[in-house]
Amino acid sequence: MSSPSLSLPLPTMPAWRRGLRRSLGHRGLVIGSAILALIALAALFAPWLSPHDPYAQEVTQRLIPPAWYAKGSWEHLLGTDKLGRDYLSRLLYGARVSLFIGLATALISGLIGTTMGVLAGYYGGRVDAVVSYIVTTRLALPVVLVALATAALVGGSLKVVIVLLGLLLWDRFAIVTRSATQQLRDAEFIAAAKALGASTPYILLRELLPNLMSALTVVATLEMAHAILLEATLSFLGLGVQPPTPSWGLMVAEGKAYMFFQPWVIVIPGVVLAVLVLGINLVGDGLRDVTAPDGRN
Amino acid sequence: MLSYVFRRLLVAFSVMLTVAVVSFMLLHLSGDLATAIAGPESSAADVEKVRVQYGLDRPMAAQFADWLGAAVRLDFGRSFYFQNTVMELVGERLPVTLKLGGVALLLAVLVAIPLGVLAAIYRDSWVDRLSLLIAVVGQAMPNFWFALSLILVFAVGLKWLPVAGNTSWQHFILPAIALGYYAMPSLMRLTRAGMLDVLGSDYIRTARAKGLSPARVVFKHALRNAIIPVMALAAVELGFMLGGSVVIESVYSLQGLGQLAWDSISRNDYPVVQAVVLIIAVFYIGLTFVADVLNAALDPRMRTR
Repeated sequence: MSSPSLSLPLPTMPAWRRGLRRSLGHRGLVIGSAILALIALAALFAPWLSPHDPYAQEVTQRLIPPAWYAKGSWEHLLGTDKLGRDYLSRLLYGARVSLFIGLATALISGLIGTTMGVLAGYYGGRVDAVVSYIVTTRLALPVVLVALATAALVGGSLKVVIVLLGLLLWDRFAIVTRSATQQLRDAEFIAAAKALGASTPYILLRELLPNLMSALTVVATLEMAHAILLEATLSFLGLGVQPPTPSWGLMVAEGKAYMFFQPWVIVIPGVVLAVLVLGINLVGDGLRDVTAPDGRN
Repeated sequence: MLSYVFRRLLVAFSVMLTVAVVSFMLLHLSGDLATAIAGPESSAADVEKVRVQYGLDRPMAAQFADWLGAAVRLDFGRSFYFQNTVMELVGERLPVTLKLGGVALLLAVLVAIPLGVLAAIYRDSWVDRLSLLIAVVGQAMPNFWFALSLILVFAVGLKWLPVAGNTSWQHFILPAIALGYYAMPSLMRLTRAGMLDVLGSDYIRTARAKGLSPARVVFKHALRNAIIPVMALAAVELGFMLGGSVVIESVYSLQGLGQLAWDSISRNDYPVVQAVVLIIAVFYIGLTFVADVLNAALDPRMRTR
C-alpha cells in the first residue's frame, strides 16, 4: 500500500523540465539532435573549418583518395574530386546548401499547407471540400517528374529548387493541420474566445495556431528531410543546384563516372546525405513520441 | 457500397481532368515553349516560325481544348523529336516501367509482410528492432545513391548481376530492389500495426483457447484480417513507384516510361512530357481508387466519408 502523497513530486516540476526530461529519455531524439547539431555547426562554421577553398581547382591534384588510403595524403583528408577540389571543404559547404533548402522549403510549404489545412478544418463544408480536392489533385501529380519538367523550362538553380519544392510539398502540412483543427474547432477555449467577441483571424492565429505547433514541428522536420532528398535527386539529375555550387547530390552525380575505380567519390557524399536525413527523421519521430499526449509510445 | 464506389469514381475522373489542366498549364506557363523548342541560338524570326508551326500562337484555351479532346481518345499528338506519335513511344516504354514497378512491389511485399508479422509476434525482440532499423535507414538513403551502391556491390564487386540495360530478366533485379526498398518500410510498419491490433482481439484469444496451433492462429485468423489494408497501401505505393521510377531508370539505363520522360524533358519534347505526366497520374488515381474501395469494403465506416 502506498500513500498518495508519496507519488506527487512530478507534477510540481515546471512543464519545460518535464519536457526536457522526457526528451532526454528518448534515445532516437537524442541521437537525432546530436547528428543535426553537428551538421548544423559544420554548415555554420564551414568557412573556418574548411582546410581549402571549395571552389579552388588544382589540375595536378585530381581524384586523390582520402587520407586512410595508401595513396591518400593528410593535405586532403577526404581526397579531391575530378577537378582537384578538396572534398572535405566541398562537403562542409554542401551542408549549407542542403540545410538551407530544407529550411526554406519547409517554410514555404508549411505556410501554404497550414493556411489550407486550418481554413479547411475550421470552416468545414465547402471550404473543406475544395481543399481536400486540391490535396487529392496534388497527390496525383508525380513530384519528381513535375519538378524536373518545370526546372528544365525555367532553368535549374537553388532558387528554382526551393520555390518548386515549396509549391509541391505542402500536402502533408494541409492534411495534418486540417484534422488537428477539426479536433480543436469545438474546444471550450475557442468557444470562450468567440464569446468574448474575438475576430476570426485572432482566433485562428492566436488561439488555434499555438496549439498546432507541436504537430507542425513534426511535419516540418519530415518535410525538411523530404526536401533535402529531392534537392539531391534533382541536382543528381542535373536540374537542381548548378555547378560549381557544392551540393551533395551534385557531388554524387559528378563522381558517378569515376565510381568504379574510386568508389569513395560517391560513397562519401551519399553517406553524409543519408546521415543528415536520418538525423532529421529521428528528431521528427522523437518529437512526435515526446509531444504525444500519452507520453512515449 | 455501390453509391460509395460511384461517388469515388466521380471524384477520380474530375481529379484526372484537373491533373490534365495542371500538367498542360505547367508547361505552358513556366516558360515560352517556342523559344525552348527553337533553341537558344535561334533568331526571333525562327522562334515565330516555330510558334506558328506548332500552333503555339493560338489562344491557350483553344490549344488546351484540342489537346484534351484528342487525349481522351488516347491521342497525344506527335513527338516533336521523333516521327512517331506519342502513343507509339509510350506503348513501347510502358511495359518496361510496369514490369519494373510490378517486380519492385512484389519484392517489397515479400519482404515486408513476413518481417511485419514477425515483428508483431515477437514484439520488442531483436526482430522487431531490426525491422525498425531497416525502415529508418531505408527512408534516409537517397534512392539514386542506393541504386548506384547496389551496382557497386552486386554488379562491380561481386559480379553477380549486370550493371545496366534491359535485355534480360537479370537486368531488372537491381532496379527492382532499388525501387522496392522505398515502399517496403511503410508496408512493413502497417503489417506490424495491423497484426498487433488483431492479435490482441477477442476472437484470436478464442481461437487460441480452442487449442489451435500458433501457426494456424497467425496465418488463418490474424493475417487474413490484417492484410487488406496492407494490400490497399501496396496499390498506392505502386502508384508512387511509377512516378519515382524516373530516377531508377536513369541510373540503370532502363528504357522505360521514366527514361522517356527524362529524355523528352532534355529534348524539349513537350507532347511526350505532358502525356507521361498525365499517364502516370492516371495510374496513380486508378490505384488509389482501388485502395479506397478495398478499405471501404473492409470498414463500412469509411463509406460515409
